[in-house]
Amino acid sequence: MTHYIVLSAILFTIGCVGVLVRRNAIVVFMCIELMLNASNLALVTFAKQHGNLDGQIAAFFVMVVAAAEVVIGLAIIMTIFRTRRSASVDDASLLKY
Amino acid sequence: MTFWILAPIMVVAALGILFVRKAVHAALLLAVVMISLAVLYAVLEAPFLFAVQIIVYTGAILMLFLFVLMLVGVDASDSVVETIRGQRVLAAVFGLVLGLVLVIGLSQVTLGTAVGLDEANTGGNIEQIANILFSRYVFAFEATSALLITAAIGAMVLAHRERLTPKATQASIAAQRMRDYAEHGKHLGPLAAPGVYARHNAVDTPALLPDGTASEASVSRVLAARGVVRSMPAVVKEDEEQ
Amino acid sequence: MTLQTIARAAEGHEIPVVHPIAADGVFSWLWLIIALPLLGAVVLLAGGALAKGALDKVGHWIGTATAVGSFALSLTLFVSLLGREESERQIGQHLFTWFQVGGLDVGLDLLYDPLSALFLLLITGVGSLIHVYSIGYMEHDERRRRFFGYLNLFVAAMLVLVLGANYLVVFLGWEGVGLASYLLIGFWQHKHSAAAAAKKAFVINRVGDIGLSLAIALMFTTFGSTDFAVISEQTGSASQSTLNALGLLLLLGACGKSAQVPLQAWLLDAMEGPTPVSALIHAATMVTAGVYLVVRSNFIYELTPVAQTVVVIVATVTLLWGAILGCAKDDIKKALAGSTMSQIGYMMLAAGLGVAGYPFAIFHLLTHGFFKANMFLGAGSVMHGMNDDVDMRHYGGLRTYMPVTFLTFAMGYLAIIGFPGFSGFWSKDKIIETALAENWVVGLCALAGAGITGFYMTRLMLMTFFGEKRWEDGVHPHESPRLMTVPLIVLAALSVLGGVLLLGDFVVEFLAPVTGAAEHHEPPLPAIVITLLAVAVVAVGVGAAWVLVGRREIPRVAPTEVSFATRAARADLYGDAINEGLVVSPGRSLVGGLTSFDRFGVDGVVEGGSAGVGGLSTILRRVQNGFVRSYALSLLGGVLLVVLALLAVNLA
Repeated sequence: MTHYIVLSAILFTIGCVGVLVRRNAIVVFMCIELMLNASNLALVTFAKQHGNLDGQIAAFFVMVVAAAEVVIGLAIIMTIFRTRRSASVDDASLLKY
Repeated sequence: MTFWILAPIMVVAALGILFVRKAVHAALLLAVVMISLAVLYAVLEAPFLFAVQIIVYTGAILMLFLFVLMLVGVDASDSVVETIRGQRVLAAVFGLVLGLVLVIGLSQVTLGTAVGLDEANTGGNIEQIANILFSRYVFAFEATSALLITAAIGAMVLAHRERLTPKATQASIAAQRMRDYAEHGKHLGPLAAPGVYARHNAVDTPALLPDGTASEASVSRVLAARGVVRSMPAVVKEDEEQ
Repeated sequence: MTLQTIARAAEGHEIPVVHPIAADGVFSWLWLIIALPLLGAVVLLAGGALAKGALDKVGHWIGTATAVGSFALSLTLFVSLLGREESERQIGQHLFTWFQVGGLDVGLDLLYDPLSALFLLLITGVGSLIHVYSIGYMEHDERRRRFFGYLNLFVAAMLVLVLGANYLVVFLGWEGVGLASYLLIGFWQHKHSAAAAAKKAFVINRVGDIGLSLAIALMFTTFGSTDFAVISEQTGSASQSTLNALGLLLLLGACGKSAQVPLQAWLLDAMEGPTPVSALIHAATMVTAGVYLVVRSNFIYELTPVAQTVVVIVATVTLLWGAILGCAKDDIKKALAGSTMSQIGYMMLAAGLGVAGYPFAIFHLLTHGFFKANMFLGAGSVMHGMNDDVDMRHYGGLRTYMPVTFLTFAMGYLAIIGFPGFSGFWSKDKIIETALAENWVVGLCALAGAGITGFYMTRLMLMTFFGEKRWEDGVHPHESPRLMTVPLIVLAALSVLGGVLLLGDFVVEFLAPVTGAAEHHEPPLPAIVITLLAVAVVAVGVGAAWVLVGRREIPRVAPTEVSFATRAARADLYGDAINEGLVVSPGRSLVGGLTSFDRFGVDGVVEGGSAGVGGLSTILRRVQNGFVRSYALSLLGGVLLVVLALLAVNLA
């Protein structure tokens, strides 16, 4: 089962780097989803490893929370886009010194 | 076996998200990763999550992404130039180190023989999950329902736009046009149709005014912006050449 | 048993213990003596807001009435006291508990004994006369009501001082008279010199007050109480060093209030106040509070020969210092102030001589209160007639123009120089005699002081009332109104007759319950010889004045080509320069240094630190660039750190 976990780690790392290098807010969001999915994979793997369903339930809850998060996040991105005509996270940099 | 086929695909697709310029392509690559994941869930004896992954993630969430992309503009793509100095290099270095540490660290772990879910899934995976969800996790489950409702209302509040000006009625539009005509001499009637000629008829060809010049108001501004508007003299010339 | 005495074999005589009996009969009205002038002060000072016009018209009469009422009451009590047995002559009255803190229980207690009785008569008697005098003297001052308010406040505070039965109540009065003195010296505060003199008096008095307050604190830690009764009973059990410290601290307090060297510098400047104030506060009563304190604390001083010796030294120096100042001053009030300082030196000297001297200190205090108040009021009368000019070089030949003033002043003059038969003769003669019996050096100094007194007082008389007219243009000397001359006459009578107090050793025996009875020391010479010697020395002083002043023409402007001694005396024997050099300048340098240290050292560290932090923040804030991806990068760095740390811990 270790290879599942390793895959999960690789996907997670790719998601991390994606958040850091992409500037389009929507793509950044996708990378976050990628990280969530990677963790879900690990959870499901652990469920099988330990032979109980708690891991699957946890993955299920992660999906619910992710759904809620995406709804709100995308709404925020929409609002920002509507006022600033830009989806780049670098343009929303007013919160600085 | 399935894993070894899907894993490289997933990694490549995930890496693709990092490098493609267009957001739509990134979304499609993400879809690849998610569907592959769904298959892996099935392999890992989680049929319920397999279904949920496809329906909720790929079906709902990803579609939401595409929908927003459409609103924002499908063409929107990142510029290649990095604005923050050292960000890309540092991100790469940090990412590589983290990935290496995690991979090396995790591959050292021996998990032992997997217990397997045969026992836990007796009576069906979905029934067993329901069993646990509505007993041990019922409180968390109820809490997620509150979360979802809050999120739905929140999204509506965020997306809602207050109307600041009164809605234009037919009468007010007509009055505005008359005013524009009086003040700026703007054409009062409907716009002229594009050129309709005996030998040639197309929306990209402007109509000719009585003095023989082309009327720019008769073609779509989008076509003008793209630079694909043809002039009547050019059309005549083409015909003569044939 | 109302009066206890503890035999102290080591001292060779008995030190009386304060043990008052409860007040009854007429004595239960003791508090009213203080309350009357206090009420007057409150009405006059606070009532102005309610009925200004009416109070301005009758205010001076209210003030005078309260003082006279107090005097009448004091006289009644005095007569009642004389009618009592000697052992029942200490009467205490507990008014209320002032405050109670931990082990310290201070009541507002009054003590009426022979010493207080004499002081009451002096304060209220002379005070009433000066109130009456002030009605005339301050007639044209539009703030006369306030002046009388302050005078009443002073009288009340002085009465608290002499009636207090514990040191804290005495301190209350002590500070009260200090306040009144400050207010009255600076009464004409529009004059810069008056405001400065008031401030000077206040500051120098504070130095003395530190001594008194420290003494009180030491008493509390040593005896657990500040009551005269408790302390007088327990002084025998205190260590010698504590008693020495107590004596010296009390002396410091006495020096400040009584203008003794080294805290003498304020008294001459205090003459900036209205003349009745100079007469009442800075001649007759307040400045003698130091003498009162020493005599009252006899149960301490008797046990500490060191402090007593210091008292004698301070007194002798002051006695000569003041006398020398008096010789050179041309300002009539300052000459009298120098004389006051010198006379208080005599009292202090007597007080420092112990049991034998206490009664004569008080006796001289009383007679001095009469004749010096008399002379100050006389000087005020002269100034009144000379358009408030104080320079004696502008006087001359006034005896025919102001006969009453001249005659009364002459009575005071004869009293102070010690002309046989006058009050000063009896009191000063006794002090010189006692001093000679104790120590011949001190005795000779006192004798010399008497000679100098004769010189400067004669000079003052000659310059003012005799010789050529040296008046300013447009000055028309005239006799003062009746309101001013009547107090002069009364005081002159007292100056002449003050000596009757010594008839049959009345003062000595009357005060014996307070001061103790002295063994008789045989002076080195027979008493009559000493008396003749003193009279001879005074005659020499008077003669010298006649030769040096009376027979020469007095220039209208003080000559500048004078001897060093005259210049020094004119400059207050460089008292101000000594203060400036020894205290003020070093103090100023110290403060300047501390200020610089504060500015550059402390502030530098504080402000430098904050500037450093500010600079660092200016650099560090660049990290906050607002890019969410940068923040995410640092987050990833943190994750990396945590993971690596976990690994390191696990591997280790």
